[in-house]
Formats: sequence, C-alpha cells, structure tokens
Amino acid sequence: MTDTIVSSPHGSRPHRVDRIMLEVILALIPGTLAMIWYFGWGILINLTLAGLFALLTEAVALKLRGRPALPALQDLSALVTALLFALAVPPTLPWWLTLLGILFAIGVAKQLYGGLGYNPFNPAMAGYVFLLVSYPLAMTSWLPPALLAEHTLGFLDSVRLIFTGQPPPGLTWDAITMATPLDQMRTQLDQNLMIDEIRQSPLWGDFGGRGWEWVGNWFLLGGLFLLWRRVIDWRIPASMLLSLLLTAGFFWTLDPQTHPFPAFHLFSGGAILGAFFIATDPVSACTTPKGQLIFGALIGILVFIIRTWGGYPDAVAFAVLLMNIAAPTIDHYTRPRVFGHNPNNR
Amino acid sequence: MHPSPPNPAQRRLWRFRGGLHLPTEKELSTGRPVAEAPLPSFLTIPLQQHIGVPAIPLVRVGDWVLKGQRIATSQGAMSAPVHASSSGTIVAIEERPVPHPSGLGGLCIVIRTDGLDKWGRLPKPFANYRDLDAATIRERIHWAGIVGLGGAAFPTSVKLDPGPNRPVRTLILNGAECEPYITCDDMLMRQGSGDVILGASIVMHLLRARECLIGIEDNKPEAIAAMRLAVAESDIRDSTQVCAIPTRYPSGGEKQLIRVLTGKEVPTGGTPSQIGILCQNVASLAAVAEAVTAGKPPVSRYVTLSGRGIAEPRNFAVRVGTPVADLIRAAGGLRGEVRKLVLGGPMMGFALHSEQVPITKGTNCILALTDQEAPPPRPAQPCIRCGKCAEVCPVDLLPQQLYWYARSKDPDKLRDYNLFDCIECGCCAQVCPSQIPLVQYYRHGKAELRAREQDRRDAEHARARYEARKARLAHQEQARQAKLRRRQEALTTSPTTGRARTGSDAAATAKDPKQAAIEAAKARVAANKAARAEQGLGPANTRDLTPAQQRQIEAAEQRRAAATAKTQPAGEDGKRT
Repeated sequence: MTDTIVSSPHGSRPHRVDRIMLEVILALIPGTLAMIWYFGWGILINLTLAGLFALLTEAVALKLRGRPALPALQDLSALVTALLFALAVPPTLPWWLTLLGILFAIGVAKQLYGGLGYNPFNPAMAGYVFLLVSYPLAMTSWLPPALLAEHTLGFLDSVRLIFTGQPPPGLTWDAITMATPLDQMRTQLDQNLMIDEIRQSPLWGDFGGRGWEWVGNWFLLGGLFLLWRRVIDWRIPASMLLSLLLTAGFFWTLDPQTHPFPAFHLFSGGAILGAFFIATDPVSACTTPKGQLIFGALIGILVFIIRTWGGYPDAVAFAVLLMNIAAPTIDHYTRPRVFGHNPNNR
Repeated sequence: MHPSPPNPAQRRLWRFRGGLHLPTEKELSTGRPVAEAPLPSFLTIPLQQHIGVPAIPLVRVGDWVLKGQRIATSQGAMSAPVHASSSGTIVAIEERPVPHPSGLGGLCIVIRTDGLDKWGRLPKPFANYRDLDAATIRERIHWAGIVGLGGAAFPTSVKLDPGPNRPVRTLILNGAECEPYITCDDMLMRQGSGDVILGASIVMHLLRARECLIGIEDNKPEAIAAMRLAVAESDIRDSTQVCAIPTRYPSGGEKQLIRVLTGKEVPTGGTPSQIGILCQNVASLAAVAEAVTAGKPPVSRYVTLSGRGIAEPRNFAVRVGTPVADLIRAAGGLRGEVRKLVLGGPMMGFALHSEQVPITKGTNCILALTDQEAPPPRPAQPCIRCGKCAEVCPVDLLPQQLYWYARSKDPDKLRDYNLFDCIECGCCAQVCPSQIPLVQYYRHGKAELRAREQDRRDAEHARARYEARKARLAHQEQARQAKLRRRQEALTTSPTTGRARTGSDAAATAKDPKQAAIEAAKARVAANKAARAEQGLGPANTRDLTPAQQRQIEAAEQRRAAATAKTQPAGEDGKRT
C-alpha cells in the first residue's frame, strides 16, 4: 500500500509543465494564422521545419548529454522555442538557416547551459540574434503583406524559395521582397525625410505598416488568453508596453517629425509578440514581482533605443537578451519582504 | 427555546498574501454524526505525545491502572504527563511503532483493557475557576497533560505562561481547520461549543486577556452558528467575537490566522505573545475546561477518519492509544485501491508506515487516500522558474530560489533567503508544474542548517573550553612561579638565613621552603604554648592527671624521644639526596 513514502503534500497536483507549454502554443495560434494570412505559406513551412529541427536537436543533445530524451521532448518546451523562432524570422529564410538558428537556439543557448530551466538566455531569441548578426541580408528581406504584394507566392513557390533559394520563374528577389515597416521607417528617417512624407507611402496603415499592424492584435489576443489562464503574469507585458509607449511618446512630443507616433512602436515589429510571449519566458526573466516590473520597463526602453538609434531592423530580441543578463541581479535586489520581517532590515 | 445567535457586525478582517483554494472534501466526513470508537483490547500509549522531553513511566508491567490515572510523569518544564485512557493491566513498557514521519518506534506503555473502563480517583473539580489564581489553573492544566490538539502538540501549560513581561491582550481561538478533509474541530464546535467557550473564559481569566477572537473558516456555517450561540450564553460575550474568515489554505496557520484576525504579523522567529496575542486550538480549550471544572485529563479526542479509501468516513471520539487499524475497522474498513494512509491532512500530514501506530493526543485525522486522490507523483522535472510557488507562498518567500540553493547546498544563501520562515504548508509544492517535492527540499535544508549550527556551536564550545583550560593552566603556572619567587625572596632577605648561616639543617631549610614553613609553624605553636603556660593555662586535657596517667605520658615521651633520635638524621639525609 505504502509503496513510496513521499513528503507532503499528498494530494494530486493539477499543474504540469507540458500543459503550460501547450497553452502557450494554443495562444500563438491566432497570431500565427494572421501571419500566414498576410505573408503566405512560407510562415507555415518555417514553423514546420523549425519544429522538426528543434525536436531533433533536443533529442540529439540530450542523447549526447546522457539524459533521457523522452520526458524532455514531452514537455513541449522545444516546440515553443521553435515556434517563436519561426515567427520571428522572414518567411523566405532558406531552410539551412532555420536549421542553423535552431541548432544554436536549442543546442547552444538551451542544452549547453543544462537544458530547460537552466538557460540564462531566451533560446529562440538567441538563435534569432545569432542569424541576424551572421546573415543580415537573408534575415532582413521580408515579404510584403499580401494586400500590398504585386506577386503572391503559392505554396510550391514558397517551398522552392525556401529549399532552393530560387524565386519563382520570371521574378527576382527584389521583386518579391520588401523591407519591414520598421526597417523602412528607420532608413527613410536616416535620409532626413519627415514622418509626414514617409507616411504618404501606401505601405502605411493607421498605426504601423499595413497588414503588420494587425498581426500584433492577434498576438495580443493570445497574450490575453495567457493572462486569463494565468500562465503569465501581467507585470512584464504591461510594464514593457507601457514603458515603450511612454518613451516613444516622450520623444514624439519633442519632435513629431523625426519620431514616429508612439502607437507605431507598439504595432510594429515584435513588440506585442515579445511582450506576451518572449519577455515572459519564465526561465530567463525576473521572478520577483517588483523585479518583473523593472525587467519589463527596461526592455521597453531598450527596444525604443535600439530601434531609434541602433542599426538593426527590430530590437525586441536584443532588448530581451540584454535584460536576461540583468535578471538575476534585479531579482537579487527586489526580494519581497518576508512575512514577519521588519521592512527596514530584511 | 434558544436565544437566536447574535449576528454582530463582521469585524474587519485582513488578508495574508498567497495561499490556495483547495477542494475542501469536508462533506465526506460531516455527513455522519460523531461516534464513540469501540474500546480496543490493547491501548498503546506513547510516552512522548508532545513537543519536548518524553514522560517517565510511573507504573510497572503487571500493574492494574484505572482510567484517568497518571501512568507517566513529565520530565522537566517542556514535557507533559500521560494518563491511562481506560482501565486495565500494564502488559508491556517497550518500543512500539509510533506516529512519526521517520517511521521509527518510541517507548510506549501498553495496557490490556479490562472492559470496565473504570475511572480512577480524580482531583477535585474546581467549581468556580474565577476564585483561582493563574498558577493553580496552570498546574491543573499541566497535570492533565494537555497539549496543542491542533497537531503541533506543544504543552499548553507552557504556552499559557508567556512570562510576566509579556501581557496577553488577545486570546485567539483557532477553529479555522483549513486543511482539506479534516472536520474534527468542526464537529467539536458544533457539539461541544459550550466546553470550548468555557475553556476560553478560563484561559482569559488566567491570562487576564481583554478580548477573545474566534476564527472559523466560512465553510463551516454550523460551527459558526453553534459557537456564536455558546458565546451569547457565556460570561465572556462582551469581549468575544466569532469571526467567519474566508476559506483559504493555510488560514489555520497560527501566524496567518493572527494576521487575518488582527492585521498584525508575528515577528520572524518570535512568538505571538511578543505582540500580546496567544493562540489556542479549540479542542485544547475544551480539554482545559474539562480538566479544570471536572478534574478529568483528556483521555480521548475527536479524530476524523476520511478519504475515499474509507468505507464510512466520519468522526470518532477516540481513546488515546487506540491503534489506527481498530479505528479503520470501526469506520467500515478500507475500500478500493488505497494508495496511502496519511496522518493529518493531505497538505501537511505524513504517510503512515503501519496501521498499528496508536492515536495520540495530537492526532486529528487519519486519511486513506485512493490512487485517484493521491496519484503516484510524476518524476520531478526541472524548475522553469514560473514563480507559481512564490505567488502562493503565504510568507512571501521565493521558493524557486530556495529550491535552487537547497539543491546547490548553499547554506548561507538558504539562510539569507529566510528558509526558517518557511511553515512547510505545502502550497508551493501543490502548484509546482514541474512536480518538484519542494517541501522535502526545505525540510532537508533546515535539518542541514540546524546540524551545521549545532556543529558550529559544538566547535565554539570546545574552543572556549580549550581556551579556558589554557588560561587556567597559564594562570596556575604564573601563580606558582610568583609564590616561589616570593618565598625565595623572603628566605634570602629574612633574618632566619642570617642566623642559620652554618649547619646542614639551616642550609636545607633555606633551600626548601616547605621545610621553612614547617619550622615556622612549629615555632608558632611553641610560642603559643609558652604564652599559655605563662598565663597558667595548660592544655585542658592534661590538667588534673592521675599518677597512672602521668606515668603513661612520661613513658610515651621517652619512647618518642628515642624514636626521633633514631629516624631524624636518616630523614634529613633522604631529603638532601
């Protein structure tokens, strides 16, 4: 009867890591569908490839480390990393770059540090940044959103593009790709154009780039789902988006002609995805309540700084990785007051 | 017939952070009335049923004891006596399995019951406790061996003596019973609310407390109503309030309950008496009432038998010493796939290794949990630092950090992150998605820290002793040297040396301070004698001697002179060589 004596508590424990990961995957669905809608099959192909590569890399890495592979694969964390990675890279990325990125994300950033729970950096962002600094060209040529594109790529076109690097017959790379709105905004500001002039282009919608601005909303929906399911805490997304908005708002009031409207920052690039799905990665983020607020707020500020004065098309990945380094220190200095302790001397 | 219970304006309540809403599972055992557990053929009464030092047996094998008779006496202040819970013959005083997480045995007195259940001579009931002083009441409580019946089993008489510098303003009755399944306090409050309130008024009188707050989780409306009624009929109705508190585990933790009822926090490492509060479990107070007003020690208590592995879950009035197996039989036996027996609640109780362990004073619940209720734990996965544990921690610790440091065996960090504030409530482990047995890590970490602390103290003690010994030896040596020097100085400068310039005797004396001292003493005695003789005071026993005695003395003197003449030179030679 008492085959194993285990310490209390004795009842059933309802929470499970794989369920949490599954909920994150579910929450990503609306945004992912929106991305597929706007950017075509390439997204789906990338997602599939990244997922397969991630599971494979995880299995091989665990085998090399002499750990049982099955429980780690079943916790679905590799899949979450793969999905976030695939949603961050351009839909035209050659398959071998996806492989390389995943190898770096899972093999180096996650497993070399000891696997799930021990990685100081967000694996998906580490893989993304690795590719971005090594292959900037491939990583910055995005497809235009479907409603702007002159040529939409079919499924087979996308497969050919990803596996052979060949654009569809009769088209050139330049004809099918386009810089992201964030990228475009920065390059044109560098050319001393005024915001009013820039925004006259048909590329722009109400807040950000047309099409792009809607993807964020769908990710927001997933993020609210995670909040409702209490998978994530409100602090990091709220403080990150708020600080991004405030910082952008401050500079915009200084000069609305050289700094875009604050909401532009919120609905461009990976701000929403980053706030709800990436910065909230529990392993590499802060865990104390106060620490989470600081962590999120600093990411928001960094995003603005890197987007405005940095040389890369988006900043969320860099901001998150930079704050990952600071997380343990922030946690150390923001420990909550323990019950019964004097607030003045902990 | 009854006055309707007063419904006072609900007092302001506070909240503690964290905590959990758990499935209460209380309805399992409240459906049936409390039953008297049958008298078992053998009672196994452990000598240690309390925190502190075990009691010392007062009986021998073969003795016939009566119910309520003291069969073991307390040893020191932190201890409690033990009473026979039925009449019968002592058949053994030996190691038996006792309810303890370690599964180790303990010394027990085993009584073969005679079925008469005859009470022994009891001390006289105190009709009016208000005429008694605190010491008398405390002594009676100590005599009765009452301990905290909520499970902690801290001797109540010790707790009721916070010392003269710590006046208790508020008495808090803990009727929260926040653990799932357990309903024994609920049933006691429904059926014996009068006793509980009587006990409360005795203790208020003893402590000169000014108010009494009774905390009961709001999932026990019957108990709340019964207690309100009892308060309304009591003489402490003006100073007492029954508070329905929100059902949230662990609101029955002493510090949490105090926080909820008063908004105050017990300082870390301290006791409630530091902030003028004393907390007592309701069952302990009923036992106090019984001991003071009836002179009866608590030989039985309410115990919940529950869990889906019990055929007829219910509460029993159980004699201390009844084996768990007998109790399970009384509840219709086990049914289904029982995976484990747990003593206490599912959150903080421990798994029993044997059905033969007896019910003790501190046992409030026996659970037979099925596979479905207590599924085998899944293998622990790595911590993903999700922080769920920190969200539910009622003392605001960072369990994920503590886990990290417990695993990396970093005692300084464990202390730094306040491991000792952990109340082991199990909330963190309950919500952990990685199924990490966190509480087990913390218990282990605490044990290691305590062991380290002990080692440090031992080393400190040994060092202090060594230092003291070294100092003592040095001091002795110094004193010896100083004495020697003084003597030598005295000998070289005093006139004695001048007089004894020649002659071997004098030279020897000069060399040997001991000899000099002897000579000096002899001289003193001789001088004294001479002085007395001058005053005509001879030694009293040599006055008025008979001639025969005089002759004897003279003979003896002669012998002595002869002997001295023979031995003295040899002695002197021996010394000199």
